[in-house]
Amino acid sequence: MANPIFDWATGAVLTEADLQQTFNKIPTYCEVCFWKCAGWAHLNEKGDIWKLTGHDNDPHCNGRLCPRGTGGVGMYYDDDRLKTPLIRTGKRGSQTFREATWDEAFDYIAEKMQKISEKYGPECIALFSHGSGGKHFGRMLKAFGSPNITAPSYAQCRGPREVAFFATYGEGIGSPERVDIRDTDCLVLIGSHIGENMHNGQVQEMSDAIDKDATIITVDPRFSTAASKSDYWLPIKPATDMALLLAWIHVIIKEEWYDKKYVEKYTFGFEELKSHVKDFTPEWAYGITTIKPNVIRKTAKEMANASPSVIVHPGRHVTWYGDDTQRLRAVSILNALLGSWGRRGGFYNPEKYKVAKLKLPKYPKPTKTWRDAFPGQYKLAGLALASGICDATIPTVERDCSFKGWFVNGTNLISTLPDQKNTLKAIQNLDLMVAIDTMPMEITGWADVVLPECTYLERYDNLRVSSHREPTVALRAPAAEPKYNSKPAWWMAKELAGRLGLDEYFPFETIEEELDWQLKQIGSSLKEMKKIGLKKYAREFDDLYPLENLEEYEFNTNTGKIELYSTSMEDEGYDPLPKYTAHEEPPDGFYRLIYGRAPMHTFSRTANNPNLTNLMDENSVWINPKVAKEWGLKNDQKIWLENQDGVISSFPIKVRVTERIRWDSIYMVHGFGHTNKNLSRAHGKGASDAELITKVHIDPEMGGTGMRGNFVTFHTEMPVQGGV
Amino acid sequence: MRYAMAIDTKKCVGCSDCVVACQIENNVPDGFCRDWVVEATSGTYPDLSMEMRSERCNHCTNAPCVRCCPTEASHIVEGGIVLVDPDQCIGCKACIASCPYDARYIHPEGHVDKCTFCIHKVEKGEDPACVEVCPTKCMYFGDTDDPNSDISKLLKKRKWKTLIPEAGTEPNIYYLI
Repeated sequence: MANPIFDWATGAVLTEADLQQTFNKIPTYCEVCFWKCAGWAHLNEKGDIWKLTGHDNDPHCNGRLCPRGTGGVGMYYDDDRLKTPLIRTGKRGSQTFREATWDEAFDYIAEKMQKISEKYGPECIALFSHGSGGKHFGRMLKAFGSPNITAPSYAQCRGPREVAFFATYGEGIGSPERVDIRDTDCLVLIGSHIGENMHNGQVQEMSDAIDKDATIITVDPRFSTAASKSDYWLPIKPATDMALLLAWIHVIIKEEWYDKKYVEKYTFGFEELKSHVKDFTPEWAYGITTIKPNVIRKTAKEMANASPSVIVHPGRHVTWYGDDTQRLRAVSILNALLGSWGRRGGFYNPEKYKVAKLKLPKYPKPTKTWRDAFPGQYKLAGLALASGICDATIPTVERDCSFKGWFVNGTNLISTLPDQKNTLKAIQNLDLMVAIDTMPMEITGWADVVLPECTYLERYDNLRVSSHREPTVALRAPAAEPKYNSKPAWWMAKELAGRLGLDEYFPFETIEEELDWQLKQIGSSLKEMKKIGLKKYAREFDDLYPLENLEEYEFNTNTGKIELYSTSMEDEGYDPLPKYTAHEEPPDGFYRLIYGRAPMHTFSRTANNPNLTNLMDENSVWINPKVAKEWGLKNDQKIWLENQDGVISSFPIKVRVTERIRWDSIYMVHGFGHTNKNLSRAHGKGASDAELITKVHIDPEMGGTGMRGNFVTFHTEMPVQGGV
Repeated sequence: MRYAMAIDTKKCVGCSDCVVACQIENNVPDGFCRDWVVEATSGTYPDLSMEMRSERCNHCTNAPCVRCCPTEASHIVEGGIVLVDPDQCIGCKACIASCPYDARYIHPEGHVDKCTFCIHKVEKGEDPACVEVCPTKCMYFGDTDDPNSDISKLLKKRKWKTLIPEAGTEPNIYYLI
């Protein structure tokens, strides 16, 4: 080679082969959802991003991306992307901005941050994030003095299951879920619609389970894709899952189908549980759930037959009715009776590779946190509550300090948090609101400053250090220069930190240097990782199934046992054993609003992606034929939805008359009905379930926002907002 | 040699990854697709069954599109793959009318377009893009003339059907049921 080419990150001389590798196929991990599959961005002859494929060695995807991952290129090519920093010129929410330089934007933000800090303390600034950028802004904010960093993936999604499993086993579930679906003999899904919820590795493993003839039991008021693959579909009356779970526990104990040795060796509180469930017979549950007693017994027997190779799946989005921690406690108890925790085909023990952390100066000690806004409440919340911080932004007489500044990165809070009016009220009380996103979203319209983030295909990010059967480390490297005037989050965070006098928390000039340093600590380098993308390591401990042969084991609970009877919940004044609570039912002429996922979209963030809108560009409202007949509704007819509080959908939605939904409920896919006109493909397409979720049932244990207690009725003509 | 595809309806979740992977791989123009997903539900609540299947050109052995093509643009190559030569196609749409599977469309450039079984990949020994990407691994591609191929073994072991067999086109897409 006449003129040697140097790797711009490491300074090493690249060979011809290196160049081929480096410039035709660039490693990344996906950011379209938060399963984070490792893969490759392939370039075409012109050097432009062409297609994305999965990394063969990645246990998250096994070489196959899901439709969203495959269509991730659309995030990069979307013409509607945020292109340059914006500073608000009109009233907040009026969507009037002027274009600004990065310097102007940073100076504006830094000045406001300093003012808030001086007047109220740095803790009054919070970060909401969903995605990789959160790590960078989080470091900046912690250095500034605020611990209030939150993601809606906790209180609006999987929080209750983490709290419940922690109470029972002293460990949570995590992501990817530690469920051994690949090797299971019986998979029980309760409202968990794997296949429509396209978390890749899990969908792949369900397919493997089908291949191996595993028994699948699905509990859902909707004939979901998973239900259609199941041996047993239990079309449960919505909001009654707890009764079914208690009846299953009752049967398994009464018939002595539980794993006796396992229960005896590992669990605490069996006798209390036994007496607690003695009246929860299948006949009792039948009256509540509409599931026939013999079906309850038969499915319990199926689980017992498969035990311990059985998974009663903890689900992922579980914030439904406000007693969700308790419902997930029942799920965890059922698994314990079946002996599935720590066993092959049940719940495996994941391992994470230990990657050296940067030695940074100590973060300043905060004097207050979000918890101070909720004295005596949500005591089991393990992470900050997005909804809690939102609520604590609205000033009250009792509270001496409210949040004054928000950073919102990669999460469209208007669609994510329930009760939009409340969210908007909170925003109106802010002194500073910064939105960082790749796309204009409803939330960016409410910001004072909008910072355009480049997509994951145009940036480095922190390493993906994931917890799985085998530990892996994966690299995300840019496959293209950032388009327009967009920038990566790490750069924004470092620039802001610089203006706030916090340079010492970002000791490296570039993220490449930081990654290279970190990778060298674990015997690799940025150069190597750019070639291979992902490294898989052998497990340090041979304990994938630590309880397989009844090994000695001490659980991280008060008693050192699996707590069927939870002492930690009792200590905090919560029910130590799960109880059935009847939930409100839809009034006459109203139907329970059930929402969920489509395999080709992630929340509201993909609704404008050109590749994915090709697959699905609007949602529809699923209505049972009996109900449709009663209302005279036809397929594809456009109707407006109104909820129990008189909130009417901003846009009409197409009717889908289908037997796949119960007569007391309607179903719609979450993430549509965008009101931001800058989304040329998504604006006004379909309706938003989120805007119809105004009634929230808060989980007393951990503050999760139960969102399935909302009911809607139909309008065939456009109604007048505020009146029926 | 006879290339064919077997698609396991028991595993397909209808995610449409096959559709988007094909569109990107083959630069399919916006708004069109060479493969698509069908969801067929039968019964009444709660006695329901549902089949999901990924559909495309059946690369028929007795292909009506090839027979009716006035310019021989539609033709069959080695392995039985039905192709359209865009330079020879005059866009008369006779093939579109003759196809019982509705597998063809008029490309904005004026010629007919459809699934090629990703022949450019198959020639390199790779699977078609849809098969390669499928997260449920429900799609199998191979040579049904070879009794030892995975697809031949699968078709021997499993129950299967083809779509609209009564049209007599001898389709080469098999659905495992």
